[in-house]
Amino acid sequence: MSIGIGTVSAETKTPPAAAAPAKADTDGAKAAAPAGDKKTMRLFYLGKKYDEPLPLSYAEEVVTDKGIQGAGLMLKEANQAGNFIGYAFEMDEGIVPKDGDVVAKAKEALAAGNRFILADLEPDDLLAVADLPEAKDAVIMNIRSSATKLRQEECRANIFHVIPDFAMRADALAQYLIWKKWPKWYVLRRDTPEDQDYAAMIKRSAARYGGKVVEDQVYRLPPGARNLDSGHQQVQQQIPLETESAPDHDVVWVVNSDDDFGDYLMYRTSRPRPVVGTQGLQATAWDKSYTESGAMHFQNAIPRLANRKPVERDYTAWLAFRALADSAMKSGKTSPKAVKKYMLSDDFKLEAFKGQALSFRDWDQQMRQPVVLGGGTRVPVSTSPQEGFLHQTNLTDTLGFDKPETKCKLK
Amino acid sequence: MTRNCLAAACATAFLLVAVPATAATIFVSNEKDNTITVIDSETLKTIKTIETARRPRGIVLSPDNKELFVAAGDGDIIDVIDTATMEVVRTLDSGPDPELMAVDSKGDVIYIANEDDSLVTVMDIKSGDVLGEVPVGVEPEGMVVSPDDRYTAATSESTSMAHIIDNESIKLVGNILVDSRPREAKFTQDGKELWVSSEIGGTISVIDTSDWDNPNNWKPVEKISFEVPGLRPEQLQPVGMDFNEDDSRLFVPLGPANRVAVIDTKTKEVLDYVLVGQRPWHGEFGPDYKKYYVANGLTNDLTVIDVDTLKAEKSVPVGRLPWGVAIMPGKPGE
Repeated sequence: MSIGIGTVSAETKTPPAAAAPAKADTDGAKAAAPAGDKKTMRLFYLGKKYDEPLPLSYAEEVVTDKGIQGAGLMLKEANQAGNFIGYAFEMDEGIVPKDGDVVAKAKEALAAGNRFILADLEPDDLLAVADLPEAKDAVIMNIRSSATKLRQEECRANIFHVIPDFAMRADALAQYLIWKKWPKWYVLRRDTPEDQDYAAMIKRSAARYGGKVVEDQVYRLPPGARNLDSGHQQVQQQIPLETESAPDHDVVWVVNSDDDFGDYLMYRTSRPRPVVGTQGLQATAWDKSYTESGAMHFQNAIPRLANRKPVERDYTAWLAFRALADSAMKSGKTSPKAVKKYMLSDDFKLEAFKGQALSFRDWDQQMRQPVVLGGGTRVPVSTSPQEGFLHQTNLTDTLGFDKPETKCKLK
Repeated sequence: MTRNCLAAACATAFLLVAVPATAATIFVSNEKDNTITVIDSETLKTIKTIETARRPRGIVLSPDNKELFVAAGDGDIIDVIDTATMEVVRTLDSGPDPELMAVDSKGDVIYIANEDDSLVTVMDIKSGDVLGEVPVGVEPEGMVVSPDDRYTAATSESTSMAHIIDNESIKLVGNILVDSRPREAKFTQDGKELWVSSEIGGTISVIDTSDWDNPNNWKPVEKISFEVPGLRPEQLQPVGMDFNEDDSRLFVPLGPANRVAVIDTKTKEVLDYVLVGQRPWHGEFGPDYKKYYVANGLTNDLTVIDVDTLKAEKSVPVGRLPWGVAIMPGKPGE
């Protein structure tokens, strides 16, 4: 599917309540834009329909169009802005099936001249695409993977990371727990590659901020169906048993990327302890109850396009597109080289509802950003970095890999 | 240093003489409480708390001071308060999510930023009729009518632009890219400059408007940034902006910096940073320009700054999460 200016297909789902702009006088906007000689930037949304686990909670909506809706919103907004000052933005979409060849799709897109890629990809696919010879001068925006290796040993000069990695997430929660004086953490987790990555980062955070992982336990009971006729009784018995032998701890830090047991922990643990991690209180780039610093705009705009609330990947896709569009309009250039240079410059100060300008770390091309603590809570609890965690240049660089500890060598 | 010593001396002298400021009535919108706090400027006591529709932020008085317009963002409406009776007497159907407004000098037309719809709604104040809607950038916020009523400038926070609307044709005639998240715009009285505050960019852009007939040629010519020892650059976020009576000074609440910057508008240099409460959003001068009142969003109070000495003199409790300030001369009903 190809999406051109103002033809986002999801727009037809606009509810009647939001129809006000239709009666607006659009001539004014057209009259003000220079005719004919627009600078055009073309983006490609590259994704794959990976199997994603169903959320354990039946209250969670099953979302099958994460990310692309955020990109679709920014396509609209970038053109709204560009129209005033002579820029146009286009986006093509290539989302292959779960057994599809995403590298072939990437080659096709690159051969067609695309150089700005919004990558909704898992680490192996992302690296395979980035390492294509023809992608050398591309600007690939990672909107999906939190894998730390992508920012460390396996970093690439043509990949920018918009989504926070596990190191940033662990640090964001750790700072809050230390601020609360809850330093003893019982880690209970699965053992997927994501879970191993996240668990290692919790230990790193503990060492950085004076926390302690009292035990790192792999949860034993196998995953199963989520909606059960026989009810909750077994779970109510099991969770206290699973948590009673843990050493003394202040919180349970659950690491369960597949979302198959984490939500069972709350109110059921042997000792009365809060739950943080991939369930309970989460460190996230976006939370569906976050409303600060103009965030209501995004909270309202995504449902108009997608008929659902925004999820984190909608935000990172929107943000990645925004970083590229903003760089083009502010630098006046649309070449990959110029856009990349601008994104890494001190002039790049991106506004994105976080109350401060976002920018990229030049040592690993990770976007520095405040991280919202919410997710599994009904209202956001806080935003990290927390008060008192100091840094010589950017407070947000207290989250994740700072320059002195980077293992990234950009080539 | 010399200047500071002089200021301190002035402060002492001022207290001894104790010249009372002209009586005025201060209105403060409380975003969280859904109320307007009304304060007597002489006693600095709350004389009334007026309930409004949900999430009141922008407040502006009619030129004759008889009406106060309150943009209630979550109420999707503008409440109109009669300043004599201090009651909400009517509402204007502003369209969704109104945030800031501007009224022309005759008091006939109100220009409303509909934040959620990327529109500026132009409305006849008496009848409430919509005269036109102008599509602007994403998240319009700051609104100001030029001193001669010819243009209205609207800032769009997400698009980072100042949009210029021709008020007669109700059409867009200029778009100027500024730094990230522009919040407020103000023309100088002589019509030669338009100043725009960029909250996330941390700057104020000065736009040369001397080619008054051709807003397409208006360009930013200078940029003012802020620096406070001990504060990080990202804390220095200009939001509100208010010129003094002869436009020689601009007072700028700096949000998370907990300060109001005072700028010399000729040299474009920051003269001083006045420590106030936490997260000052918007402020306003008293009618005689001797005091500046600023609403502190996080400490639920209003700081009174003496304009001559640039000292914060007093802090007055208001409602929760105060946001906007409007001030009229005299007492209600006078």
